[in-house]
Amino acid sequence: MAGAQMAKNEVEQSYGEFAQRDRTVHPPPFAPTYKTTVLRSPRNALISLQNSLSEITAPVFSRDELGPLDHDLILNYAKGGLPIGERIIVHGYVLDEFRRPVPNALVEVWQANAGGRYRHKKDTYIAPVDPNFGGCGRVLTDRDGHYVYRTIRPGPYPWRNSVNDWRPAHIHYSISGSGWVQRLITQMYFEGDPLIAHDPIVRTIPSESAIRQLIGVLDKNAAMPLDSLAYRFDIVVRGARATWFESHVQGQPAMQRE
Amino acid sequence: MVSELDYLKESASQTAGPYVHIGLAPHAAGFDIFENNFSHVLATAETKGERITIEGRVIDGSGTPVRDVLVELWQANAAGKYNHPADRQRKPVDPTFRGWGRACSDFESGIFTFDTIKPGIVEGRGGRSMAPHVNLWIVARGINIGLNTRMYFSDETAANAADPVLNLIEWEVRRNTLIGQREERSGKRIYRFDIHLQGPQETVFFDV
Repeated sequence: MAGAQMAKNEVEQSYGEFAQRDRTVHPPPFAPTYKTTVLRSPRNALISLQNSLSEITAPVFSRDELGPLDHDLILNYAKGGLPIGERIIVHGYVLDEFRRPVPNALVEVWQANAGGRYRHKKDTYIAPVDPNFGGCGRVLTDRDGHYVYRTIRPGPYPWRNSVNDWRPAHIHYSISGSGWVQRLITQMYFEGDPLIAHDPIVRTIPSESAIRQLIGVLDKNAAMPLDSLAYRFDIVVRGARATWFESHVQGQPAMQRE
Repeated sequence: MVSELDYLKESASQTAGPYVHIGLAPHAAGFDIFENNFSHVLATAETKGERITIEGRVIDGSGTPVRDVLVELWQANAAGKYNHPADRQRKPVDPTFRGWGRACSDFESGIFTFDTIKPGIVEGRGGRSMAPHVNLWIVARGINIGLNTRMYFSDETAANAADPVLNLIEWEVRRNTLIGQREERSGKRIYRFDIHLQGPQETVFFDV
């Protein structure tokens, strides 16, 4: 039994090169309707690099680095009371492009409070800071690539781009997988939010299907009755190709093509 | 009958936004929430290798330092081994050195720093050695998808000249944008590395 289990783990934990990034799903760096990109986007073409050890490895995080409340945003900054707002559970899977689960991925999240205000010294929005809400959390995916955390549904807020631009309610996500090339920052939006269609940051994404993939959906089956609603949000990171290719990354390849 | 590929698409990147610090470096946002915080200090007292500081700024197309940037660094240890199971080189792992850190630029000066050790040579594709380097990943408000680059070391002239990645860059003048410049300051060895997002000195960024 133990031997069979170990063999399965070895298959899951095999490491290889990653599939080339499909940049057509991503926003272009230069997207002038989101004004800040204009001076912060490189003008030269990226130099394409085949994976080496520097790209297929990445930091490994362990469960004992995280505190017991790190994934509970309702309690992890509570100072004698509970935060204001709609209590929600957010869960989903981190998968790679080949539908394989990504275990032990570090998922870090941050967000505004129910009024749309961030606990950040640079945020000056009129909505008040909630004394019981920090607005950040983190969790490692389990062996099936699953993650879950509990929080307050964030509020929308205005931002300086055009004078009347508003961010839809969203939760920021940072994903660290098994390879450096899987590193990703994105945002989860909420099903049914009319602001999604008007948001210049969402609209930097070139296709409707890629936008839909960033929308968390109501998942009543994961709700806690009489306590919290739930949303499901799956994240897809770069796919690790079969280990057959690995000999190119280190050591002499069977067939030298470079 | 035609086979259908049912691959998934990578989730679209979105900007880290101006408040990235809340999630990834809450102390920089101005509050204390986690017991264990990730930081820009990679080396402990026991870590093997030469102590160095990497210091730089990220500079936008107007020449202004970006003051709300977050930079992550990933590197091999002093022996040139990554602390990760996919690295099968016959070299020792240093258990005191993960090789990863994250740094925020200072809200006034725009300077970020990493306190680390100088990495060793890592085997590259097809057995060609890669010169000592650190891998950097840059996110901020206005950066729609994280930027990947590398910093090499100005005192590794021979290794740099043979490096397979630097040699991929057709324009020799652009290779210099990836070289951290060694300085000695109050007894510390510092490598200065400014990252230019645009302009005549635009840093080389990689599609990895």
